[in-house]
Amino acid sequence: MDNTADYRTLEKRAQRKDAFIKAGTYGILLVWAVMVLFPFYWMVLTSLKSYGTYNSEYVPALFTLSPTLENYRDAFTAVPLGRYLLNTAVFTVCTTATMVVVVTLAAFAFARLEFRGRDGVFVGFLSLMMIPNELVVVTNFVTVTELNMRNTFQGLILPSVMSVFYIYLLKENFEQIPDSLYKAAKVDGTSDLKYLIKVMIPISKPTLVTITILKIIECWNSYVWPRLITDDQAYYLVSNGIQEIRENGFGRENIPAMMAAVVVISAPLIVLFLAFRRKIMDGVSRGGIKG
Amino acid sequence: MKIVLKNLTKKFPSRDRKKREEVVAVNDFTFEIPDGSLVGLLGPSGCGKSTTLNLISGLERPTEGRIFFGDDDVTDLPAENRGIGLVFQNYALYPHLTVRQNILFPLENLKGKEKLSREQMAGKAREAACLVQIEELMDRRPGELSGGQQQRVAIARALVKRPKVLLLDEPLSNLDARLRLQTREEIRRIQRETGITTIFVTHDQEEAMSISDLIVVMKEGEVQQIGRPQEVYDSPSNLFVAKFLGTPPVNVFYGRIGDGKLYIGLEAVMEIGEGKDQEVFAAVRPEGFALQEDGPFTCRLKGREVMGRDVSVLCANDASLNPTVRCIVRAEDKVDLGSAEVRFSLIPGKVLLFDRETGQRVDFEVM
Amino acid sequence: MNGKKWNSAGLKGWLYLLPAMVFLGGFMVYPLIDVFVYSFEEGYHSASQTYFGIGLYNYSYILHDPYFLQAVKNTFLLVVITVPLSTGIALVISVGLNSIRAFRDLFQTLYFLPYVTNTLAVGLVFMILFQKTAYTDGFINLIITWFGGESVDFIGGPYWAKMFVLCFYTIWVVMPFKILILTSALASVNQDYYKAARIDGTSKWRIFTRITLPMISPMVYYLIITGFIGAFKAYSDVVALFGTDLNAAGMNTIVGYVYDMLYGNSGGYPSYASAAAIILFMIVLTITCLNLLSSGKHVYH
Repeated sequence: MDNTADYRTLEKRAQRKDAFIKAGTYGILLVWAVMVLFPFYWMVLTSLKSYGTYNSEYVPALFTLSPTLENYRDAFTAVPLGRYLLNTAVFTVCTTATMVVVVTLAAFAFARLEFRGRDGVFVGFLSLMMIPNELVVVTNFVTVTELNMRNTFQGLILPSVMSVFYIYLLKENFEQIPDSLYKAAKVDGTSDLKYLIKVMIPISKPTLVTITILKIIECWNSYVWPRLITDDQAYYLVSNGIQEIRENGFGRENIPAMMAAVVVISAPLIVLFLAFRRKIMDGVSRGGIKG
Repeated sequence: MKIVLKNLTKKFPSRDRKKREEVVAVNDFTFEIPDGSLVGLLGPSGCGKSTTLNLISGLERPTEGRIFFGDDDVTDLPAENRGIGLVFQNYALYPHLTVRQNILFPLENLKGKEKLSREQMAGKAREAACLVQIEELMDRRPGELSGGQQQRVAIARALVKRPKVLLLDEPLSNLDARLRLQTREEIRRIQRETGITTIFVTHDQEEAMSISDLIVVMKEGEVQQIGRPQEVYDSPSNLFVAKFLGTPPVNVFYGRIGDGKLYIGLEAVMEIGEGKDQEVFAAVRPEGFALQEDGPFTCRLKGREVMGRDVSVLCANDASLNPTVRCIVRAEDKVDLGSAEVRFSLIPGKVLLFDRETGQRVDFEVM
Repeated sequence: MNGKKWNSAGLKGWLYLLPAMVFLGGFMVYPLIDVFVYSFEEGYHSASQTYFGIGLYNYSYILHDPYFLQAVKNTFLLVVITVPLSTGIALVISVGLNSIRAFRDLFQTLYFLPYVTNTLAVGLVFMILFQKTAYTDGFINLIITWFGGESVDFIGGPYWAKMFVLCFYTIWVVMPFKILILTSALASVNQDYYKAARIDGTSKWRIFTRITLPMISPMVYYLIITGFIGAFKAYSDVVALFGTDLNAAGMNTIVGYVYDMLYGNSGGYPSYASAAAIILFMIVLTITCLNLLSSGKHVYH
């Protein structure tokens, strides 16, 4: 019996099957890629169609030959889109900065300092991670209203600052820094705060950057709390702005202008994502946090 | 099952994407492994020994060359049709399955006319478990076993289908020193009992020497020497092989052949037959030194290490490549630690000469 | 000396912790207690801050409120449809992603995009894609009619159509997270297991069911649990599609009901809102516990 020929057919069959599976795999992946990308394509496409063109298309065209930027001008002039963007930027920067400071100090206390009750408090913190935001929003709403902080940045920022999970993440990271460094610093007479700033923060920079970026994303997209606490357009964030535009802006029909606003709002985060792709994806998969 | 490798070559694309060049992991291997033998592939890390194993197993395909099992060319045959068993370095036991389920796993894959009944499978699994003596562990999970026990389960899983060839990748590297001795005897016993042609990969020369019928010494993708362990030890084909085999390692000196004598430094240490005068490396096994008061070879005495049966004399010589020359002498031989020098005569069979340029062995006549 | 040093170190620790404790105390712990208090205060009025008495009236009120019942129905439907579907699709895509080499990075990046986009903004795009107005059938209806179907208004039309769009968008939104978690779980499975299985001639399907799936089962369960929790809290994606007046659209969710009770046209009832929030919390808690209990049986750790 000629075994070699037998093996050849065996191998050929296996190869054909592999090629088939591979084609199927790429097919599925491609379909999902189109599903993901299509809304983005559609939003850019629509934002480039003129108002007249869009409304005359009973059957929507899949591309446009006469792109226009007038919708972008409308988006900034007909509604205070610039204002929304500015508000969101202020809100995002203040919230994220405060969060980073507070979280770093707390993580340092848990990871490095020794005091009675530390572990108990830490367990307490962890258990707070399980409390859904929806449960505390009611009281926070009442509190902020009673403090007359509706339609203020304080009212927007203060309840949005804390993220217990990041304390946990950073504490884990701090704990990986060897004890010997701390002891060496103590022998040299370095204060705790200086040690934190000069040693721990630089070493943990990758984690801090990840936390910062994730918080920025969270802030930029936050909708529920800002909606509850602002009814003055001067304090709207982009999410509320979009909702406002949809319900009262441009008039219901000016969809191209709406899409232009949507593009403007989405662009900063997409740029941020493309720049820090690895960091963001690593951070999310490591943290297992849901946005 | 005899295994023949013919001009086997495997190239990988370079890891560094910018560089276009390829890495040659295995370069033009040709050798034959006799049926029923236990062969050790030996070499430092990165020498291509694991790649060779993967090529034989069919997990990787050679860039060039052919592989034969017996008279069959299996080069194009997928791994699962080659009839091999493979034991991984970290054992790769499925952690969520019990020992029994792990051993049964390969049998449950059989299809068509090879398909076995439940009882047949259980019987085969029991047989394999008996062979490696783990019958009482069948219902545990791998996580509950010691390293040595896991190793046995892995071997049982590899053997349960009665493979024609058994391949082991660094089988002892995850075990502690004592278990290592025990397990290598175990591997030897199992191989003898089953008679399956077995190839294992190791970087530990002692391990390879102690149990193999045949060792293949490799370096940077090239075979250096193939032979019985004692043969390779006694007559290494080049300096690399000489240095790689033996503990403590061989002592290497700058030497010169002139007028039928071997010179180390300025001393003529040994008479050798007529030959070309040339610069050489003289490698002397630690057991190749004999204390002799008026011996021809002089070293500065540095100290002594007592190891029970033997005594190591530590000394230094300007012509030595290493700062310390280690000589093993019998415990009865007295060394005067007070003196600054120690003199030896060299035992001819334990002295090896290598060409200074090529590193190849230079033969000489023992006078 | 020693004691004093210990004391000062202890004080310092609390000092570093102070800002975090103030924020958490003020905006998490206190509200957590207070929400229970609110939920039992009957007839609380936010302007005068008075109430009639303590009892279960708030709970009984919302449990008889047809809007709340509608919200519960919507939420359960959403959960039951999207959690298994999204996890299943994510599993298929992740396995596919894990098996290819070319373009893998590109696909992974693309798939993650929805995670970083504003739910409200992209929701608007979905609304436009699915909506049928007097001026246009919309893109999705274009495709439906291509295949010879009848066009439907998914945004203002029949209930099943609205539910479909909501589920579709929800899956689109949660997918990046699931794909990411599953691909990293798959990538962390030791390749030797697959090699061993290949040598034993294990079929692809058997490798998947007997090796891959058990190995990544903790992550799959984690995704199911977080998926349940996330879907029960659905709100902003619903608003994005159907606008803020969800009761009118018949598409309200439990969380939406809470916010509506708190604020907006139907707002001003923090007690009802609290009771609804606590009911939601209890539902989520129960389902999470059930999930954890069942996972003990099936998951290999």
